Amino acid sequence: MKLITVLKQVPDAEARIRAGAAGVDLDGVTFVIDGMDEYGVEEAIRLREAGNEVEIVALALGPARYEEAIRTALALGADRAVHIETDVDLDPISQARVLAQVVQQEGADMVLVGGKQADWDSAALGPALAEVLGWPHSDWTTKLELAAGSVTVEHDTDDGHESLSMPLPAVITTQQGLNEPRYPTLPNIMKAKRKELAKRALDEFGAGAGLTQITSQQIQTRERLGKVIEGDAASAAAELVRLLQSEAKVL
Amino acid sequence: MILIVTTASGGTLPKSARELVSVARELASGAQVAAAVVGPEAAAAEMANYVPQVYALTSDALQPLRAEALTAAVQQVAAAAGANTVIMAANRLGQSVAPRVAVRLNAALLEDVIQVSGTAGAYEAVRYSYLSRVTETVRTVGGDATVITVKPNVFAVAEPQPGGAVTAHAPQLDASASRVSVGQRSAASGGRVKLEEASVVVAGGRGLGSADAFTALVEPMADVLNAGVASTRAVVDAGWRPYAEQVGQTGKSVAPELYIALGISGAVQHLSGMNRSKVIVAVNKDADAPIFRIVDYGIVGDVAQVAPALTAALKEAKGS
Ligand SMILES: Cc1cc2nc3c(=O)[nH]c(=O)nc-3n(C[C@H](O)[C@H](O)[C@H](O)COP(=O)(O)OP(=O)(O)OC[C@H]3O[C@@H](n4cnc5c(N)ncnc54)[C@H](O)[C@@H]3O)c2cc1C
Ligand SMILES: Nc1ncnc2c1ncn2[C@@H]1O[C@H](COP(=O)(O)O)[C@@H](O)[C@H]1O
Repeated sequence: MKLITVLKQVPDAEARIRAGAAGVDLDGVTFVIDGMDEYGVEEAIRLREAGNEVEIVALALGPARYEEAIRTALALGADRAVHIETDVDLDPISQARVLAQVVQQEGADMVLVGGKQADWDSAALGPALAEVLGWPHSDWTTKLELAAGSVTVEHDTDDGHESLSMPLPAVITTQQGLNEPRYPTLPNIMKAKRKELAKRALDEFGAGAGLTQITSQQIQTRERLGKVIEGDAASAAAELVRLLQSEAKVL
Repeated sequence: MILIVTTASGGTLPKSARELVSVARELASGAQVAAAVVGPEAAAAEMANYVPQVYALTSDALQPLRAEALTAAVQQVAAAAGANTVIMAANRLGQSVAPRVAVRLNAALLEDVIQVSGTAGAYEAVRYSYLSRVTETVRTVGGDATVITVKPNVFAVAEPQPGGAVTAHAPQLDASASRVSVGQRSAASGGRVKLEEASVVVAGGRGLGSADAFTALVEPMADVLNAGVASTRAVVDAGWRPYAEQVGQTGKSVAPELYIALGISGAVQHLSGMNRSKVIVAVNKDADAPIFRIVDYGIVGDVAQVAPALTAALKEAKGS
């Protein structure tokens, strides 16, 4: 069976983000595979290690710098990759329409994609992809088991969690808890350099200009009082309660 | 026409439904507002106290709720109502259904917004990005309609405007709506106020030391404040607390009036779920913990001593 793992390359979570007049300034920032997408790559590899015959294709839509994240996925265990290289900042709905075409051309049985992107804070790509493909979808997936022609998952809901069963093909959005992603080894990083990485152009997919546009970005700041209250536990607690009542007025 | 979509488990509307009403009224400016309410008839009747036109989706075929069935139902109600704008809460269900609806309606999606203005075809919204470190403005530039998900706990809850009409709507569902079968469901944690609806949140991290200490130190404080209980990923990974309580990038996003962080270091991934709280308090024994960079009030000390003292002081303040 064929598994596609969709990935993004995003600033490292610890990276210091700046914003200029033109929006977020990513100059000098360290980029990594989106942690959420990594769970999907890891899960695909584990499905193979469990004895399933799978081909793993990494798929990404983004600028040239994404190549590094794609090579990481290849070093982790993806067999080959498709990179739709573009500097256009397409919204997730429009991206889904592009990515779905590759998924269809590949004839994939399952797509794994991170549950929430660390740059856009968007959770839309997985469900939008499922809708364009006409496939079922499991969001916030923490456990996955393959059966003949179907997949059983556990996923988180607003109130807790539940198990779901759905026929393949399906889209699975991944998150923390699904597995513990491995690190690429040096020999595998070397091997990854020789794996196939096919470049495609956005024009091939009739993408249009997108549905939304970011017009400005600012670093979020909120004035905080930053008061440290001194004293032993009892007097610090009493002083804090007084401040919450009379100064912050939240009690 | 602006269509609010909300679900109601039990007979009552969630708080987010009334927040959506505020958003819809703000955007309407002459346009009509309608609501689709999935759940018992009583919830639809309650919604009629807020909007002029309510579609009651009481069908058993929608229970248990699945994204594909809800998507089909929303598309049908949107067509019946002549809606060019659909708004939903940015909770887990909303964030999975809204993108599907957007694809079906060939709509632009404005996701997890904290402000929105303009009119159909030219909306402008404010939302967070980069793990909530950036505030950005996004506008719609295409599509035949707009789907908006609204971050919970940001907008004021609307006041009633009684007199709305309720129409029953039976969705036409094909086989795709039921191809996902729902198995075991965990029960929602009972009793306490829901984390995403709480105006005060008491959160605990690994610094509490153990599951028992978490229970002993966090829960009594939450009881005194009628607060929701939240956890960090470290605590959830350790199996001390259920995932439903996790706040952060991979958990819930909250913005209460007061957030009390006990034994939490303040990792970016945790901050992204709570850094918009109005007032932030932290107790941590390490004066250099990153959480202290975003607090209004901090106490440097051992939670084992400070938390019980704080609970006692809060109890006294609440009692008087
Ligand atoms: C992809 C990804 C997603 C993530 N998503 C989330 C998420 O959604 N939510 C989340 O929370 N994290 C998330 N994390 C994890 C995050 O990076 C941190 O590891 C986590 O938040 C740390 O939890 P903590 O503060 O409880 O533990 P720690 O970082 O271990 O902090 C414990 C704190 O307690 C203090 N302490 C210890 N003993 C005491 C005492 N006796 N009295 C007072 N203070 C004490 C210590 O000084 C320390 O600051 C994610 C990470 C990744 C990579
Ligand atoms: N005053 C603040 N209120 C809320 N979040 C903040 C504040 N200052 C910094 N942050 C967040 O805290 C994290 C670390 O910020 P910094 O230490 O400035 O790199 C980032 O996620 C910031 O967005």
